[in-house]
Amino acid sequence: MTTIDTHAGANSSGSVAGSGGAAATLLAVADWLTSTDHKKIGRLFIVLASAGALLSVVIGVLLGFERMDSDSFQLFADDNIGQFFTFFRVELVFGAVLPMLIGIAIAVVPIQVGARSIAFARGASFGLWSWLAGIVMVEIAYLGNGGPGGGNETMVDLFLLGMLLLIVGLVFAAVSLVVTVLNSRAPGMTLERAPLFAWGALVGGSALVFTLPALGANLIYNFVDHRNGRVAFGGNFGVVDWIGWSLSQPQTYVFVLLALAMLAEIATVVSGARHKLRGVVLAGIGIAATSVLGGVIQQQQTMGWDGSLSDKLRDFVPWAIFNLLPILGAMTVLGASMFLLVTRRPRIIAPFVPALLSVVAVIVGMHGHALSTISSTNVATTVFEEAEFIFVMYGGLIAVMAGVSYWGPKLWGRLMPTSAVMGTGVLAFLGTFLAGLPYFVAGFADQPAGVANGFSYDGPQEAWNLLSTAGHVIVLVAVLGFVAAALTGFRNGSAAGDDPWNAHTLEWATPSPAPADNFAEVAVVKSAEPLLDLKTGGAS
Amino acid sequence: MSIALPAGPQPSPNRRITIGTAVFGAGIAAMIGSMLAIWLKFRADAPTRESSDGLKIIKDWLPADVVIPETATNVMLVTLVVACVMGQWASYAARRHDRSHASIAIALTGFFGLAALNAQFFIFREIGIGVADSAYGAMFFAICGVLALLITIGVVYSVAAWFRVIGGRVTDGDAVYGHALYWYILTAAMTAVWLVVYVQK
Repeated sequence: MTTIDTHAGANSSGSVAGSGGAAATLLAVADWLTSTDHKKIGRLFIVLASAGALLSVVIGVLLGFERMDSDSFQLFADDNIGQFFTFFRVELVFGAVLPMLIGIAIAVVPIQVGARSIAFARGASFGLWSWLAGIVMVEIAYLGNGGPGGGNETMVDLFLLGMLLLIVGLVFAAVSLVVTVLNSRAPGMTLERAPLFAWGALVGGSALVFTLPALGANLIYNFVDHRNGRVAFGGNFGVVDWIGWSLSQPQTYVFVLLALAMLAEIATVVSGARHKLRGVVLAGIGIAATSVLGGVIQQQQTMGWDGSLSDKLRDFVPWAIFNLLPILGAMTVLGASMFLLVTRRPRIIAPFVPALLSVVAVIVGMHGHALSTISSTNVATTVFEEAEFIFVMYGGLIAVMAGVSYWGPKLWGRLMPTSAVMGTGVLAFLGTFLAGLPYFVAGFADQPAGVANGFSYDGPQEAWNLLSTAGHVIVLVAVLGFVAAALTGFRNGSAAGDDPWNAHTLEWATPSPAPADNFAEVAVVKSAEPLLDLKTGGAS
Repeated sequence: MSIALPAGPQPSPNRRITIGTAVFGAGIAAMIGSMLAIWLKFRADAPTRESSDGLKIIKDWLPADVVIPETATNVMLVTLVVACVMGQWASYAARRHDRSHASIAIALTGFFGLAALNAQFFIFREIGIGVADSAYGAMFFAICGVLALLITIGVVYSVAAWFRVIGGRVTDGDAVYGHALYWYILTAAMTAVWLVVYVQK
């Protein structure tokens, strides 16, 4: 059964009226810290994780500089350089992209489905603070030489505990999202009529609920073992062997599933028409979610392509299920979105540019991964894998830009400058290509992964590493530029109005910024595009 | 000016807590399943050695001095099954708006949960190995510790549902149904752990 919530969180009011000065500030801070309003929780996720995004890209830049001259130039000590490689990944995945995408979904999905609040609002709030405490603990652990392979035992324990805490938080947030889409949709909104982004939140949230606990299981074993005898899991050096699958492909696809849904949603608005291939898009997002299988087996599925035909088939089928199905899903979403645009006269809006580019970047990373798991390419232990990761996760970062610029006006009431959104989106995409592409080449030249010094191979190795470093720098500039544009746009930009994009879904039927309870009246939905129904009188 | 959509009917009672429990249960299944999979991998990869009588080759997995109190493990499983029956009784009573039966059944569910916890701690005390002694020890205490934590959450869930029912919210059976579902999920998890850790070892 589907129903609308009857009330929002008790302390979810948007302002603290009638107070002045420091007391008012304190009350406002307390209001934000204890709020169960999903829009505030989502915005806190986005704002807090943006610091993680900057930190992770800065680490990427520093690692690039470290590798530019593999012989003499050294920023980091040899014995802890490995920690910085995992720090880059942990921070980018769990400190930035995943929490920001979840934050956007928490802020937007309940309004999209016509609910007055998110399901288990306190659970979502707990998720936020648990994630924050966890990621701060992880960062402190890294600073104290406690990342995977670190030499400080107490700090390694802190790292494992922090990871566990942030995973608990993200699972709570994902459960809230999934239940909201399953249980809080407006009357008449069947799952087939749910907005594409809400569908993505359902599929992506479910994928997180299935895979993050598996990571949690590894962390619990490692924590218990590391804290005690260190007889089973390899101590501090074993940690990365047990959790590494969660920081590489195909598990990273699970973290950026929302990017696909975001493109599909925004493309529909850009086309100005109903999505004729809506069912195909829903299926495409679902097919891409088969990447959870990577989390289930927690290792790579490779293909040797040798021996008899039956040997080849025995290798090919599982390889294709694990590596090609997610690509098929992503390509389906991209293809259906492009089909929609070529059959109409599209009205390009700024957030569409980063939304499209993010999916292109993710798909490049997916193809790279499929290639690297063919044994005869011999790139499995090279920087080729790092290039895949860069494409997928920086693609996720560009998707965050798209999401913030598209739904930001509904959350903050003001628009970001069009040129800034498009400019930073294109810049981040170029930076992603520049950061990743040289490593695809260097991977074939056997530049080892996770090594910054003392390697050498035939070819212009300084040039590849220089280009990749330049790419990271460009991504950093793009992220900084986007944050600056968001800060100025959402504070001083032009007023957004309730429906700045001439969109189709319910979130644009409520004022901008959305009020505490989202809607004054519970709406009845008769199609997947309820606003388009009203605007066109049911035609189109 | 916002676009005015037609107003809908008054909301009807939903099953949010039950659905939330089911989704949370999927996460529990993923975690316990993953822990058991790693357990099985360690057991399969364990080196082999001659048995003490020299007659056969055995896996060097189970520590020599481990003592699994099988009576306690079996009783723990049965106790959780009984907790499920109590949870189902509470759901049955809640559907009939029978507050007294619902509250008794939920209280009994929590009580049996506490009994299962007691059995778990008895097993910890009697097992005869330490957490730092071997891979088996570390993994045994990790997986059974997680199970104990999940049972503790179940007991807290029972207390919350009990307060809800004695507070008069028996007509809204969502929490009671979700509560029963949680104990079913927990019993399924315990059954898997019992089979892999206590029976197959």
